[in-house]
Amino acid sequence: MESSNSMNYLPMRYLPHTQQDIKEMLTVIGCKSLDDLFPTIPAEYRIKTEMCLPKPMTEWELNAHISELASKNASSYSNKVFIGAGSYPHHIPSIIPYLISRSEFMTAYTPYQPEISQGTLQGIYEFQTMITELLGTEVATASHYDCGTALAEALLIALRKKKNSKKVAVSSLVHPHHREIIRTYFEPAGYKMVELPATVDGTTDLSYFDEINKSSTGGIDDIAAIAVQSPNFFGCIEDIAQVKAVAESKKIMCITSFTEALAYGLLKKPGQLGADIVVGDGQSLGIAQSFGGPGLGIMTSSKQYVRDLPGRLVGRTKDRRGEDGFVLTLSTREQHIKREKASSNICSNNGLNAMIAGIYMAAVGKIGIRKIAQLNHDKAMFLKTKLEEAGFEIPFKAPFFNEFVVKAPEGFAAKREELKKKGIVAGLDISKYYPTKKFDQNGKSCGQELKNHYLFFATEVFSKDDIEMLAKEVK
Amino acid sequence: MEDQNSCRGGFENCLNAQQTAASGLIFKEPFLWEKSRDGRCAMSIPMQDVEHSPLDPELVGDAPNLPQLSELDVVRHYTRLSQWNFGVDSGMYPLGSCTMKYNPKTNEVQASRLGFAGAHPLLDEDLCQGALELIYNLEQYLAEITGMDAVTLQPAAGAHGELAGMLTIHAYHAKQGHQRTKIIIPDTAHGTNPASATLCGYQSVNIHSGDNGILTPEAVAAVMDEETAGIMITNPNTLGLFEENIKEIAQIVHAKGGLVYGDGANLNAIMGIVKPGELGIDVIHLNLHKTFTTPHGGGGPGSGPIAVVKALEPFLPVPRVEKIPCSPNPNQSSKERGNNLNNDKNSYKYTLVYDRPDSMGRLLTFHGHFGILVRAYSYILSMGAKGLTDVSKLAVLNANYIKELLKQDFYLPYDRPCMHECVFTDKFQSDNGVTTLDMAKRIMDYGFHPPTVYFPLVVHGAIMIEPTETESKQTIDQFIHAFKSVAQEAKENPEILKSAPHLPKLSRLDEVSAARKPVLRG
Repeated sequence: MESSNSMNYLPMRYLPHTQQDIKEMLTVIGCKSLDDLFPTIPAEYRIKTEMCLPKPMTEWELNAHISELASKNASSYSNKVFIGAGSYPHHIPSIIPYLISRSEFMTAYTPYQPEISQGTLQGIYEFQTMITELLGTEVATASHYDCGTALAEALLIALRKKKNSKKVAVSSLVHPHHREIIRTYFEPAGYKMVELPATVDGTTDLSYFDEINKSSTGGIDDIAAIAVQSPNFFGCIEDIAQVKAVAESKKIMCITSFTEALAYGLLKKPGQLGADIVVGDGQSLGIAQSFGGPGLGIMTSSKQYVRDLPGRLVGRTKDRRGEDGFVLTLSTREQHIKREKASSNICSNNGLNAMIAGIYMAAVGKIGIRKIAQLNHDKAMFLKTKLEEAGFEIPFKAPFFNEFVVKAPEGFAAKREELKKKGIVAGLDISKYYPTKKFDQNGKSCGQELKNHYLFFATEVFSKDDIEMLAKEVK
Repeated sequence: MEDQNSCRGGFENCLNAQQTAASGLIFKEPFLWEKSRDGRCAMSIPMQDVEHSPLDPELVGDAPNLPQLSELDVVRHYTRLSQWNFGVDSGMYPLGSCTMKYNPKTNEVQASRLGFAGAHPLLDEDLCQGALELIYNLEQYLAEITGMDAVTLQPAAGAHGELAGMLTIHAYHAKQGHQRTKIIIPDTAHGTNPASATLCGYQSVNIHSGDNGILTPEAVAAVMDEETAGIMITNPNTLGLFEENIKEIAQIVHAKGGLVYGDGANLNAIMGIVKPGELGIDVIHLNLHKTFTTPHGGGGPGSGPIAVVKALEPFLPVPRVEKIPCSPNPNQSSKERGNNLNNDKNSYKYTLVYDRPDSMGRLLTFHGHFGILVRAYSYILSMGAKGLTDVSKLAVLNANYIKELLKQDFYLPYDRPCMHECVFTDKFQSDNGVTTLDMAKRIMDYGFHPPTVYFPLVVHGAIMIEPTETESKQTIDQFIHAFKSVAQEAKENPEILKSAPHLPKLSRLDEVSAARKPVLRG
């Protein structure tokens, strides 16, 4: 960049240094050129040729390039994408992108200096409060990455709490990707996950715990927790009270997860049903789908586990003048203090998305969340009825919130391909997620039974016309 | 001017002529639920155009008691909250180790394009080619910048990238048939490193850097053995110094079958100068929210890709994105194809590959923090190779300039050329009873975010300043003047520091009672 001082030199807009600035600063340092700034890097380490990257684009070229890339995706805004499975289109009020773009929120970092970070701190404190209200729990962290990673960490809490335990029992109806994350996190520590099968009605089969009771091996001592997702991957609502009863009888932790936060605008709260730790994804609370990330990992629990939770917590306190304020607290759990003894290594979280979820909950309020949740259920029920009329079967009979499995008529796969050209994406093929699973109570393998099974859903963004059009097209 | 002589705290002249900050009107703001009035709703509720279908009442709970507000209530609430915050757009934010550089606004525009913001992560591959192409390209660019062979963008943050790196090393040793138990971590490494190693079941072996703040090959050789999985090294290290023995250290570790993990949090100093892949590093994580300008968001979301050498590629998380040739469009004549300017783009497609038997598995539910990836990709395309090299040169220029001009006023424990950040301590000020914390709080009154304090732990009372390349000489001169004024005040009027800050909304907060009796919700 010392190359030219002429009128031909075009400064890069993010780099403020003039040639004169550079010259003066180098003089202070005692260097002749910018290349002299690296005397501690041995010459033989220095790269000899410029990196091979595309030539820089102007803002206008970048606009054209990214627009073109973006146009190659079937956006939920311009297509009818009937896929949920952990990422849901919901209406996002205009105030969310507007408020969250305030640079005081967006361009700050973790509030290490609370005197000049009270905006982030009060916002997250309010998020912690509202999310525990939504889930019926007592404490919530300032956020995690996503539901899958939060669930893996919740299970690790249980394994740490119950010494000598090596296993957890996880429903096979927990999102398949979340179970993959759990396996990844467990592998090096040698922990194991027992996968609980599904019943014919599409909820978790808890009979495993009866059987191990009877067996002489006494394998239960080795299990630290039971985890179910509700609504589960098939969309069905689990009986959390019953899961809690089983967990209590075995003296193990009851952990529940969710991918559709709006379900709890309608359903009984998992904390009040007895879940010890509730984790989930808050993407439905005003966050763009954005090809799956960043979402919002939520981790909440009863008070007794507060010192076991990974990640940041905002607490209330006073300043020297006696004014109310907020700080990051209980940081002795965290990696920068405890290093190798920390409860987790999490540092950066998904704080800005927690702020979005806070704004969403404040906007929708008590009245709105119940109405929108009910509307999600109504639309999904309408879709189910219409698909049944079109010849689809409903294999799992348990009640659902806004998502459900269908068994499609023969030849549907080809029709689904055709519909893509019309901007309709008709459900998610779930056979690949359950290739060899046992799916009946008699233990008979019926892996082929999920062939031709699709996960469908509807939210408030789909109109009656959208749903009727889909039903007509798939008939 | 009279106004400036009396500010909160009762200290006359607590405003200095060189301060860029002033007090102004901000608002008190109650909690959302204190503003709530039954019957309000700030959201436009869609029409009920289908039949109402009640759920079994057994399943239905009470409506969550969320606040009831109008749209203006919500807008005013969050606007007022935002005014209590300090961000990079407000002022210089020299938080060492965090690379608080300017976040370009065009990146926000690109990430919010409907084709990206509205893309479902489980779309059929033919319906998300744009997203997959972006992931593929960004992986290639980061591989080139780091001099590595393969990249995964799945990790959600820096610490998650560290975990990914450790899992890679763990999977590698498992494949070799002999798992190892320990990992070497120098005292100049990042604080998250030991916690990440623990998650993989490795016991940390802590070693000390030499007298000049640089790790010696001897210190590594003394502990490296065949039960040690490798070393986690931050380069430039957390003292802002380049680990010049890195190649020799890597040879020692490799000779015993170990691997070298590089913490790339400080990549901002070395882009286009050196390539970690050429220094013997086997796996490195990057923080897209540091070096690649994605906003820090008050704590996240970030993104922490890892880059690895060829031998470690099989262990990366699935799915991988691959670019494969696709059969030509039969409806297009060869002449048309030849004339098509986008020929290259038409003859390839991008696909997700799961069949990687040695992979560590999945790390995040979907494809990483894609929205963050769009921003980093936009930045790289805006800068180009020379631009990124200039970034590192100017980041190092700014840090050395500050180091030179402040070293008379503040104790510099390692007086040698620094990289993109420099570390002072409070040794000169402690005689007056002034601590690093006091100075950090006082610098707020001058309109600057404090540097990182009390980190790295290897230095007592550390003050770690990372200006970044996007701050101009004029801003940096103001910052230097401010810090010199603080040093002067420490001698002449230490009380003004001990009672600082004076201008922000709140004075120092009581963290002890916050932790003793935690109140975590309203």
